Amino acid sequence: MDQASHTVKAESRNLNFYYSNGAHALKGIHMPLYENKITALIGPSGCGKSTFLRCFNRMHDLYPGNRYDGQIVMHPDNTNILADGVDPIEVRMRISMVFQKPNPFPKSIYENVAYGLRVRGGKNKKVIDDKVEQALRGAALWDEVKDRLDDLAFNLSGGQQQRLCIARALATDPEIMLFDEPTSALDPIATASIEELMTELRNKLTILVVTHNMQQAARVSDYTAYMYLGDLVEFSKTDDIFIKPKDKRTEDYITGRIG
Amino acid sequence: MLTMDKQNLIPASSAKASGMDDLQEVRAMIRRHKRKDILFASIGLLALMFALLTLLTLFIDLVMDGYQRFNMEFLSEFPSRRAAHAGLLSAWVGSLLVMLVTFLAAVPMGVAAGLYLEEYAPKNWFSDLIEINVTNLAGVPSIVYGLLALGLFVYGLGFGQSILTAGLTLGLLILPIIIVSTREAIRAIPAAIREAAYAVGATKWQVVKDHVLKYSQGGILTGVIIGMARALGETAPIITIGALTFIAFLPPSPIGTEAPFINFEWLSSGFTVLPIQMFNWLSRPDHAFHINAAATGAIIILVTLLMNGTAIWLRYKIRKNIKW
Repeated sequence: MDQASHTVKAESRNLNFYYSNGAHALKGIHMPLYENKITALIGPSGCGKSTFLRCFNRMHDLYPGNRYDGQIVMHPDNTNILADGVDPIEVRMRISMVFQKPNPFPKSIYENVAYGLRVRGGKNKKVIDDKVEQALRGAALWDEVKDRLDDLAFNLSGGQQQRLCIARALATDPEIMLFDEPTSALDPIATASIEELMTELRNKLTILVVTHNMQQAARVSDYTAYMYLGDLVEFSKTDDIFIKPKDKRTEDYITGRIG
Repeated sequence: MLTMDKQNLIPASSAKASGMDDLQEVRAMIRRHKRKDILFASIGLLALMFALLTLLTLFIDLVMDGYQRFNMEFLSEFPSRRAAHAGLLSAWVGSLLVMLVTFLAAVPMGVAAGLYLEEYAPKNWFSDLIEINVTNLAGVPSIVYGLLALGLFVYGLGFGQSILTAGLTLGLLILPIIIVSTREAIRAIPAAIREAAYAVGATKWQVVKDHVLKYSQGGILTGVIIGMARALGETAPIITIGALTFIAFLPPSPIGTEAPFINFEWLSSGFTVLPIQMFNWLSRPDHAFHINAAATGAIIILVTLLMNGTAIWLRYKIRKNIKW
């Protein structure tokens, strides 16, 4: 792992999150996201890792009653993306997301990828064509679908659908890409291709990935954060956290004693 | 019955020797359970057949009574004092025009209301109250709508006993059906699809227009057609607002031969509709008119079935490409 670049792309500062039912799901989280690195969030079910991830694109705003407290600051512009004055739509234009289960729109392959561009007012067919091709290439899907861009996305296999969702998230040139357990619905071969893709994407953007699979975290990530019951227990370089965890709770989880 | 005293069923390892007995017992048990399956399936089938056969009997009865009037003349003649020459022309044209008004009034309003309730309205006690009321409206007897329309459209707004009044009345009547089916169709769209759209930066309206409306159109269309089929057969509210029962003229044509080619005089015209014409013929003492009534009844059922069939076909066709 190269030590050269350690620019902070975004950081959460004392982030607390409350669900509408009052549950205190995140408790004072401080964590940096390093630019062009993959940061993995691990921890047992219900520890708040997905909740944390979904703060980054303000997904929680879609459901009434949820409340953030604290900051997530994006660099270099120093924008607190959780601030009241910041429109969640602006945040989602900068930070895109890939979900747990492949969720393509019931539209053509082409339209799935183009949707983010259309939302941004893209009209020029040539420009959109180019961007769609670029995104599909970026998601390592172009060769498989270039002859059937008008086919329904549902006709693709699960792994292809997930790569299509990555292409959709990629088409709009995001600064950060969020992955919420992106391979939990996929077979091992499709999983391997998604992981390979993530390591390639790292060159272009910053990645935050939630995974319940510790081998996956160890394989793909540069940094790992272990969360437990809404707390960020430990954050450090992936190699360090897996080889010599500092916290007893991290060690217990990694060695399979809890979770 | 499966009882606990058959201990040897559970610990399979207890005695290898009794293995064959166990198998017999298991087979007997499965047979017993299967008998219940068959019993329930038979009861269900019987209930279904009862409903279908009733409808079929009614339909066949109407056709048997009215078949001699199934000809073009029946559709192209005005009502007449002579039963054999009386036709449905003014009734089916009236029904068509009333349905047109109903469609234009109820569909945009119902879809917009359903969309608002599902996508925009905050979820609180007030929207719950509205939801309960909308559902209840679907159960209000149609004659009550007739009374409402008499006061509101006929006298209050001065629309008179016109096609406009009838169309709006039936529109109100089927509004709850369209609202409820719109909401159900929208609710069937998985949250993951919405989130996917929001996640690429779409606004609420973009999500609604590009996704919610597109993927729910099958369900909405089904609700619309079923609502329209209901409106076609409604009689009570139309009587209340004063449809004419004997009409020997057509409303002015909506499409003119000279500019501007479209006129709205037909909206204020008097009218009759198919079920009213049927009711009128049925209430005459002369049996010859009853034949006309039966023929009309058969036609109404046929059109209703056709509309519902279309609804099912459309839903299938549109749903085919959507897998969730």
